[in-house]
Amino acid sequence: MNIRVRLNGLERTFTIKPDEFLIDTLRNHHLVSVRRGCDTSSCGVCTILVDDKPVPSCTYLSARADKRHITTVEGIPNTAARLAGLFGNEGADQCGFCNPGLALSVHALEKLGATPDAATIRHYLVGHLCRCSGYVSQIKAVKAYLEEKS
Amino acid sequence: MKKTRQVNHEMPSIDGKGIMMGRPAYTDDLAQEGSLIVKVLRSPHAFARIRRIDTEKAAAVPGVEIILTHNDFKRNAHTRAGQGYPEPSPHDKFPLDHYVRYIGDEVAVVAATDEETALKALALIETDYEVLEPVLDFEKALDNQTIIHPEEDIHEMFPIGFNPKKNRAAAYGMEVGDIDKTLSESDVVVESSFRTQSQAHVMLEPHTVNARIDYHDRLVLYSATQTPFHVRRILSQTLEIPLSKIRVIKPRVGGGFGGKQALHGEMLVAAITYRTGKPAKLTYTRKEVFEATYTRHRMRLDMKIGATKDGRITGIDCYGLSDTGAYGEHALTVFMVTGSKVLPLYNKVDAVRFKGDVVYTNRTPAGAFRGYGAIQGNFALESAIDMLAEKLSMDPIELRQKNMILENETSPIFEIMGEGTAGTAMNMESCKLDYCVKRGLELTDWKNKYPRRTDANKIRSVGMAIAMQGSGIPYIDMGAATIKLNDDGFYNLMIGATDIGQGSDTILAQIAAEQLMTTVDKIAVYSSDTDLTPFDAGAYASSTTYVSGNAVLKAAKNLKNMMMNEAARVMHADPNDIGFDGTTFTAKETRLSLIDLSNQLYYNDQQKQLTATDSYVGHKSPPPFMAGFIEIELDKETGEFEILDYTSVVDCGVTINPKLAQGQIEGGVVQGIGMAAYEDELRTKTGRLITNSMMSYKIPSTKEIRKLTTEFAESYEQSGPYGAKSVGEIGIDTPPAALANAVYNAVGVRIDTLPITPEKILNAIKEKENRQ
Repeated sequence: MNIRVRLNGLERTFTIKPDEFLIDTLRNHHLVSVRRGCDTSSCGVCTILVDDKPVPSCTYLSARADKRHITTVEGIPNTAARLAGLFGNEGADQCGFCNPGLALSVHALEKLGATPDAATIRHYLVGHLCRCSGYVSQIKAVKAYLEEKS
Repeated sequence: MKKTRQVNHEMPSIDGKGIMMGRPAYTDDLAQEGSLIVKVLRSPHAFARIRRIDTEKAAAVPGVEIILTHNDFKRNAHTRAGQGYPEPSPHDKFPLDHYVRYIGDEVAVVAATDEETALKALALIETDYEVLEPVLDFEKALDNQTIIHPEEDIHEMFPIGFNPKKNRAAAYGMEVGDIDKTLSESDVVVESSFRTQSQAHVMLEPHTVNARIDYHDRLVLYSATQTPFHVRRILSQTLEIPLSKIRVIKPRVGGGFGGKQALHGEMLVAAITYRTGKPAKLTYTRKEVFEATYTRHRMRLDMKIGATKDGRITGIDCYGLSDTGAYGEHALTVFMVTGSKVLPLYNKVDAVRFKGDVVYTNRTPAGAFRGYGAIQGNFALESAIDMLAEKLSMDPIELRQKNMILENETSPIFEIMGEGTAGTAMNMESCKLDYCVKRGLELTDWKNKYPRRTDANKIRSVGMAIAMQGSGIPYIDMGAATIKLNDDGFYNLMIGATDIGQGSDTILAQIAAEQLMTTVDKIAVYSSDTDLTPFDAGAYASSTTYVSGNAVLKAAKNLKNMMMNEAARVMHADPNDIGFDGTTFTAKETRLSLIDLSNQLYYNDQQKQLTATDSYVGHKSPPPFMAGFIEIELDKETGEFEILDYTSVVDCGVTINPKLAQGQIEGGVVQGIGMAAYEDELRTKTGRLITNSMMSYKIPSTKEIRKLTTEFAESYEQSGPYGAKSVGEIGIDTPPAALANAVYNAVGVRIDTLPITPEKILNAIKEKENRQ
């Protein structure tokens, strides 16, 4: 079957299997920033934005994405580059496997408007597991990002 | 200490931006398009012999390229451990075997055009098992009726206590002084057993490997590995492919923590591509990562510590039993580190003994994991020290301060115990442990918080522990670096050292930039490719900053000398009279820019390529030290607790990149907190793993971790590059004991079995109340 999506601002048509998950559809079309950490929507690595909301693509059926807006980190280069700088300042980036997914959630959080405190950021990002950083430096970097903007 | 401009300065990782922006970097991003999809048939039984395996129906499925079983491999016993050669791990594994020794062990492997076909074929493989009685309780493994490795064609590479007929993978024993006599003459003795669990690594990138035959007709693997050179050697030895025909490339790795030191999947994928000539790839499912890679060695440690009335620790006696699971990878060395990187903390004893056995069980194999035995030993020793302090009616800080190792001191253990072999005598030329403790007390406001403050049902308490680790494996593990001068005066740094996310590419570039008096943006780093970079043992044993860093420093010095000589030639001056500031050479009145020199060397005058290679192998392993302090709030009605803060004060010598070093500590601390409080492996009675997903295996999230306070002691290790020691593991060691001590300080119950859960605390509180 075919689906039509708006992927990072461009109309795309993908041929998919009915039981295909969006992570595979995207990776099969060279969007390798979408990476698999688990297969149970537990780790947050494969996060993408569907109509500006973060969702784990490893359990999101591609068929559901028909006629929707899909954003991967390739679609938010400015957010990603700026966040990377702040991660660098805090020493928050290590293996980086979870970073593109995290950047997308930060982008979505930013779209919500308010400038949240650290506790709210921690709560919002609780679905993004990281085994490298210990989180505190990440949260500091995200907070700096959201404050810098506002 | 000379002022540095690149080293010991905060700067971002050289690759952080590209990674955040999602550019192709990791192993699976780089798989060849159209690769065969590899899937592994795994054992449903904890222990069984394969009577018959029939792949005919599976092979008939359209799209199936190849199926391999134990019948298709020569029985070359090897170890997947990913260590130097000869390995201290027994050669007890075959590519595939007619025995399966845990639920998840490899039975057969299928390669097909797509995943669906591969899975369909797996389901059609018919296997007739003779199901055998497994050994699941490691305390019953020694001399059990069930022999997990009955085969005759396995062996140790040198004596490690390997005795498979007793289910023993390794054994070790050492004694300094007369421990029995010392303890019997001590005023006070505490005795207790401690148990640690099989922690899972849970790096976010699952194990993955892909292979192809390149146009030179060589086998090329991309692998998420910590040890590309060991992978190449082990593949060659086991599959009998000439070493010269194999290239292993380590791309960006999404975390390792020791879990990617060993081979997982490389053997089967290499065999498939080598036989079919076709590209193939394998990415473990998360379930496979949990069930069929590695865990931390579960241990029982029986501690006895003696002291005089006035608090001098006289002797430490530790018997350990370690569970290596189905295969003996890292069995001996992890066990030795449990002693060698823990017991020297209290070096003023009259006697110390450390001995025990590492046993096989029918469980997921254990292997290397950050901390590598030290975290287990630290939990036991640092819990027992607090118990001893209480028995002596002494402050636990004072007890530590009176007995712990100090600068310029030594311990006989360093010479006796190495990793698999004898050790190396060394003095603690840099040891700021006393400062780490003192500073931690200040930062945590210990004197006002110890032991507890009570507010109705909630109790706030503190606990602490001290720790040490190492910096590489002396006389065994080598690192090497090549630096090349390019036109326009920039450099390539080629290193075998494997960045697995810890930032070694960045800190090694900082070391090169410092020595070449340039900036990191002038150093293009390429790491870990067995064809293109010099050798490095790999990212393990806290080696990279110290060992590989020293190699980079030496290579950079050599290149600088070469450049000075060339500049002297061009400027008709004596090399000794040449000055260099990183961009310009000067000789009396003459000046020559590095850009001009490098351009001339490429295009105009006595053209040549300047390249320097050097290598380093340690002559000692200077330990980083740390004091860790935890503050918790515990609800005595429910046993639940929250971690309010974890304070780390660390001596790792000079930090090459302070923020990345902080990241190593904080990441380690949180992984240690996971082991201390949340993470546990649960199995059914038949040995099936229950905690085989990230839903059922709980690692710390942003919910649990609120505050971390991390500082570094001012310290300079003379033998390290720019005064640095390593920092990769030390952070993980203290949380289990610090938490156990804080729980005791809160409610007076001693939890001796990890993880320390609300349930265990509450049960212990009730038990204590019932006794009173």
